[in-house]
Amino acid sequence: MKTAEFNGENTVDPAEIERFSALADAWWDPEGEFRPLHRFNPVRLSYIRKSLCAHFDRDSRDLRTLEGLKILDVGCGGGLVTEPIARMGATMTAIDASEKNIGVASLHAENEGLEIDYRVAAVESLSEKKHRFDVVMALEIIEHVADIDLFVSSCTKLVKPGGLVIFSTLNRTPKAFALAIVGAEYVLRWVPRGTHQWNKFVKPSELARALADSGAKIDEITGVTYNPLKDEWQISRDVSVNYMLCAKIS
Amino acid sequence: MALASKNADETVADVLIVGGGMAGLILATALGNAGVDVVVVEPNLPKSLLDTDFDGRTTAIAAGSRLALNSIGAWAEMQKDAQSILDIRVTDGHSPLFLHYNHEDVAEGPLGHIVENRVIRSVLLDCLGNLPSVALLFGRRVKSLDRDGSFAEAHLDTGETVKARLAVATDGRGSPTRQNANIGVNQWRYPQTGIVCTVEHEFDHCGVAQEHFLPSGPFAILPMTERRSSIVWTEREDLAPAILNLPDKEFAEELSLRFGDYLGELEIIRPIFSYPLGLLHADSYIAPRLALAGDAAHAIHPIAGQGLNIGVRDAAALAEIIVDAMRLGLDPGSVNILENYERWRRFDNTMMIAATDGLNRLFSNNVGPIKVARDVGLAMVNRTPPLKRLFMRHAMGVLGDRPRLMRGELI
Repeated sequence: MKTAEFNGENTVDPAEIERFSALADAWWDPEGEFRPLHRFNPVRLSYIRKSLCAHFDRDSRDLRTLEGLKILDVGCGGGLVTEPIARMGATMTAIDASEKNIGVASLHAENEGLEIDYRVAAVESLSEKKHRFDVVMALEIIEHVADIDLFVSSCTKLVKPGGLVIFSTLNRTPKAFALAIVGAEYVLRWVPRGTHQWNKFVKPSELARALADSGAKIDEITGVTYNPLKDEWQISRDVSVNYMLCAKIS
Repeated sequence: MALASKNADETVADVLIVGGGMAGLILATALGNAGVDVVVVEPNLPKSLLDTDFDGRTTAIAAGSRLALNSIGAWAEMQKDAQSILDIRVTDGHSPLFLHYNHEDVAEGPLGHIVENRVIRSVLLDCLGNLPSVALLFGRRVKSLDRDGSFAEAHLDTGETVKARLAVATDGRGSPTRQNANIGVNQWRYPQTGIVCTVEHEFDHCGVAQEHFLPSGPFAILPMTERRSSIVWTEREDLAPAILNLPDKEFAEELSLRFGDYLGELEIIRPIFSYPLGLLHADSYIAPRLALAGDAAHAIHPIAGQGLNIGVRDAAALAEIIVDAMRLGLDPGSVNILENYERWRRFDNTMMIAATDGLNRLFSNNVGPIKVARDVGLAMVNRTPPLKRLFMRHAMGVLGDRPRLMRGELI
C-alpha cells in the first residue's frame, strides 16, 4: 500500500484497519449494501475482457488472458473491478481519491493474495513521465468529476501509443433520470440518495468530443440495460441510460 | 498442478471435487480442459475403481452426453468400446402392441450408445492424467469440510488439507458431503431391486435395445459390443434375493423366461450385481461454497436409462458456469454464481424425476384397465410421428436449454 498512513508497519493504526475490515466485508458481500454493483459487475467485466482480447489479440478462452498488460483503474472503489482484472492476468494499478476505499481495497486484495498497486490519488496527479499504461479505465466515475475535459485528457495521456481507454457512465437523458435517480435511489433504494446528480451525467457526444480533443479515437459505444425479470444486466444497443465505450490512443 | 502453498500438506485450488465417480470425473475433465485448478478426492484407488467386481453396470450414453464427452476429449477412446443403439423396442408384457423407436426417425444419428461404466471411468482417468491443472488425490477421504468465509477447506484423513473457492459434492446417492451440509432430501424406496448382469448370446442383436415392461418392473436388454448384452432386470424386492441365490442353471432359466429366445443360446457372465432402487432429490443443490451434482443431487429409477445422462448435464452446466465466472475473474464459489447453477439444473431434473417415477408406476403392475390404457397409449405414440420424435429427442438429451458442452461446443 502506498498511502502515507499505511507506509511501513509502524504507522498503521489498528483502529483504522478494523474500520476498513468492516467496510471491506460490506463492499465485498454480494448480497449486502453493494449488491447492485455486484449484479452490474459481470456485464462490465465481460465488456472489458472482450474489448481487450479483441484489441490486443488475446485468446478469449485463456483464464489469464491479460497477462503482461499494464492497466490503470481510475476511481477503483473497493476494487470490485480491479481484482477480477488482476485475476485475468493484468498488472494492476488502481487509484481512488478516498482513503477509505483504498484501505478497503488493499486489505481485501492482500487477503486474496493479489498483488495490486493501490494508491490514494486523483488521476490528474499521476505524471505521464513516470506512469504509462496499456489501458486506462474509468468506470462509473466521470459522472462524479468536476471537469470532464481535464479528466479525460488526464486519463488518455497516461496511455501508451496503441493502447486503450475504457469509460463506463450514465447518459444525461430523461430516461436516465427516471431509472438511475428516481428508480435506483428513491424507489428501489439500490444506492443512497444523492449518489448521482443528473446534471452531471455525460452525453456520449460530450465524451466523444473530449476524447477527440485529446487524440483518442472511439472504437465503439455500447449500451447496458437491466433485465428486471432475470435481475441481470446485459449489453444492448440502447445507450440512453448506462453506456460503455472504448477509444484507441494512437 | 494445483498450486501448492507454503504448507506442504495444504493444496490450494479453484475447485475441489469430492467423489471420483463418473459425474465427478467428467466435471474435473471439463474444468481441467479450461485450465481451472482442480483437486479430486476419492476414497478408492484407481485400480479398484476399474476392477470388474467394482461396478458391472453399463450406461446408456444419450446423444447429448455423447456430444459433451466428445467436447471434453473423451469420446474418441470410449467409442472403441461403445455399442450404438439403432432401435429401441418397448413392449408391455406379452401384449402385441408396442412402441418402436428407430434412429432413422430423428436426425441426430444413433439413439445412444451402451458403454460399460468401467470403460467410461478408465477413459476419463486417462484424460485427466494429461491435464496439468488437475490433481487426483485418490485413496483418501474428506473428514470435514469448513465452508465459512471465502474458501471451502477440506481436511483429509491423511492430515492433508485442500482449500478451494468451491467444493462440488459428487460423492453419490448417500453423499456424506450433502448430509454434513444438512441439505435434506426428498426420497422413497421402490419395492424393487435392480439385478444387473452381462450375457453372451448366439446371434447378433443388430443394435436393438429391448425394454419389456413386466409386472415386477421393467426388464431391459441393452446391446453391448461383441454379441453381448447388458441386462437390467427390475424385480420385486421380496423375490429378488431368491433369484439372486439360484444356482447358475436355474438363474439362466429364470432369465430366459424374460429374455426370450430371439438371440439364441445365452451364457451368463458372472458376477451378477444387485442394487436397491429408490428415488432421491436434494432439497437444494447449493449451500455456501458448495454445489451438489450427479447422484449426490438426484438418484432416479433406471427405467429410462437417464441416471448418468442428467449427471452429465449437471457437470456440463456447472463447468460452464464456473469457467464463465473465472474468465471474468469472478469468484466461482460466490452465491450469485451458485444460484445460477441451481436455477438452471434443479427444475430440469425435477421434470426428469417425475417422468421416470411416473413411468415406473404406470408400468410396474398388472392392473387390467391401466394395462389396456398404457398399451393403447404406447401404440398411439408409435403412430404419431411428431409425438414420438419429441419423446425420442427428449430422452436423447438434445432438447431444452443445453450447456455448451452438450451442444458439442467447447466451454
